[in-house]
Amino acid sequence: MIGELGQVSLCFALALSLVMAAAGLMGTQAPNAVARKLASSSAMGLLVFVGLAFGVLTYAFVVSDFSVLLVASHSHTLKPLVYKISGVWGNHEGSMLLWVLVLSLYAAMVAGLKRGGERLTSGALGMQGLLAAAFLLFILFTSNPFLRLDPTPFEGAGLTPLLQDPGLAMHPPMLYAGYVGLSAAFSYAAAALLVGEEGWARAARPFMLIAWIALTSGIALGSWWAYYELGWGGFWAWDPVENASLMPWLIATALLHSALATEKSGAFRTWTLLLAIAGFSLSLIGTFLVRSGVLSSVHAFASDPTRGFFIMVLIALAIGGALALFAWRAPTLQGGAAFAPVSRESALVLNNVFLVASCACVFVGTLYPLVLDAINGTKITVGPPYYALTFAPIFFALLVLVPFGPALGWKRGDLKAAWRSLYPALGLAAVAAIAILAIVSPRGLAATGAFAVAGWLIGASLLDIRKRRGARASAFAAALAHAGLGISLMGVAGTTAWRSEALAVLAPGQTMTVGPYTLRFDGVTEEKGPNYFADRAHIALMDGSRVKAMLLPEHRFYPAEGQDMNDTAIRTTGLRDLYLALGDDRGGGRFALRAYVSPLAPLIWLGGLVMALGGILSFWGRVRVKEAEPAAPAVALAAE
Amino acid sequence: MKIIFAFLAMLIAALPRPAHAAAVVTVGDTFSDPVLETRARNLQRQLRCLMCQGESVDESHSPFSEDVRHLLRQQIAEGKSDQQIQDFLVARYGDFILMKPPVQPNTWLLWLAPFLVLGAGGVVAAIVIKKAASREA
Repeated sequence: MIGELGQVSLCFALALSLVMAAAGLMGTQAPNAVARKLASSSAMGLLVFVGLAFGVLTYAFVVSDFSVLLVASHSHTLKPLVYKISGVWGNHEGSMLLWVLVLSLYAAMVAGLKRGGERLTSGALGMQGLLAAAFLLFILFTSNPFLRLDPTPFEGAGLTPLLQDPGLAMHPPMLYAGYVGLSAAFSYAAAALLVGEEGWARAARPFMLIAWIALTSGIALGSWWAYYELGWGGFWAWDPVENASLMPWLIATALLHSALATEKSGAFRTWTLLLAIAGFSLSLIGTFLVRSGVLSSVHAFASDPTRGFFIMVLIALAIGGALALFAWRAPTLQGGAAFAPVSRESALVLNNVFLVASCACVFVGTLYPLVLDAINGTKITVGPPYYALTFAPIFFALLVLVPFGPALGWKRGDLKAAWRSLYPALGLAAVAAIAILAIVSPRGLAATGAFAVAGWLIGASLLDIRKRRGARASAFAAALAHAGLGISLMGVAGTTAWRSEALAVLAPGQTMTVGPYTLRFDGVTEEKGPNYFADRAHIALMDGSRVKAMLLPEHRFYPAEGQDMNDTAIRTTGLRDLYLALGDDRGGGRFALRAYVSPLAPLIWLGGLVMALGGILSFWGRVRVKEAEPAAPAVALAAE
Repeated sequence: MKIIFAFLAMLIAALPRPAHAAAVVTVGDTFSDPVLETRARNLQRQLRCLMCQGESVDESHSPFSEDVRHLLRQQIAEGKSDQQIQDFLVARYGDFILMKPPVQPNTWLLWLAPFLVLGAGGVVAAIVIKKAASREA
């Protein structure tokens, strides 16, 4: 019964999304006030019904209702409750439902907040309605989560152990909040093209910010998960699925910066529209790459060519339609701002050039092998060395230029004065470089350069913060986000340059050393988890003859799924990780053990967190300003 | 897809399994000589595990990677150069096994595209800034 309730809710949701699309688009015509009201209320109704469908599916997972096919094939009674719930989106059908749920949430926010003019809001709702309808059709026709199974099996097939992890339980909702948040910017941009209304960038800004914050946190979370879960100590593999989330992030970052200038002075009006379209298009392409089975990796738990075809048509219509609209209407928006060659605006132009080039790099690297294979069956691999030679230098150049942006004035800046004001940051960069050269061996040019730039970024952020003392919270957003870049850079450079590693086969009582640590192997015990069996190694971290700490890496076997998993043990000082992964049984009580010492690794994710906090700060500041003086334009901008 | 896997499986079956007794290769698959060990690790990082997604031979636990690790360590022990070993593996498995795509006519676009975009972006930026400056003056 409960499954049918979900099914019916989805059908109602589809009807409402169609109403919303039609009414919203009609509402872009001035006299159609009724249509605008209708679009607004359908947005609320859409959220209710999609929410109901999602709630029903969650309930089916929680009570292990195996008469629902999806539950039977992705859940198990013995699974802990949190993974029964995260199992809802740990599969293709459920994750698409989550996608539509997030989309409806954003649509309801667009309707509720009513930012921008009436016609603009209505147009944006119309576009959100079209997107929701397309995805609901996709779900109902190719990926129905409520299909029944008869006879009902006694037990479910379980969830990939890889996904049974707190980090990965949160990762998809976070990323979707980012991907789909860009849909709101996309809808506002399309609406602005339809009604020709300016001020769309201001209306869409909170959505761009939420999307960016969510993408930043989602990517950081995913990278952290890969680090502690996959057992080889890496944090980013340039896997196509990782790239699929990095591309929208790069464009969303460019969009935030470009929209800043559009709001401030009307500069780059058409370019900002194009970026809003591109950002969501890349989210869609990312979804296509992950969901269609074009790639198969740990993330792509769904592979079905008909779905791939459906998504491809959907993407072609969305991107093609938006670009056609852009080509048709954008020329009418031509304004063009005036600014001097040395100005904040010019700095933002450069920012966008470098970010778009970085994104192009990831785009080409991800799609080139697929295209080449499709053309003549040639198979090549585009691995980390490619990105080290293309993405790294371009992004590094961007980082070097970052501090100049906030130091230059709008319209007309003074390069000499900016340069002088940055001297202390330059000093910090020099100190960082010298410290690295003096303290650390082996000396490396790349690491030294990276630390100099990190010092430069953090120093410039500190100067910026000092300059703005007493200003409202949002004024510090850019400084915080830019400092986060510097912090992450130190983490990346530190682990890449100075990671040490040891692999040993140990019998109980034997010791091994890795970096400055001595480890003693005290044998393996067999443990029983809620839904797995584990070999748990007892590793003593020695301090002379004293045991300083015990580390317990595990090798787990999940009988329901018939799969093995590593559970690493990480001991961190905050500045250095000791990382242990248990290898295979070599007989006679001897086990292989992999140990890494990763200096500064935690900084990688700390930097991501600081960046996200910067985003939150800028958002928080603007809400407050709006409450204080509701009539005034909200201008609490990130890098003001 | 199935054909590819069948093909790969054949290739793996055809791969000579190195004798475990080979003098320099220990049971734990490590050289006692740190110079040789570093060479082996660097080589392993440059190779892709053909059975996995995006993992290098160095990271992967797959039987394929294990065999490739044995093979390349044996060849290092025989005194072959890194280039010879890589050429041998490419001849056997194709460019697919190289993490770094080779620079050749069918990858020129791949290698150049990021810099073409950067260059084009630079030109557009110059035009935009010049226009804005002329408006300002």
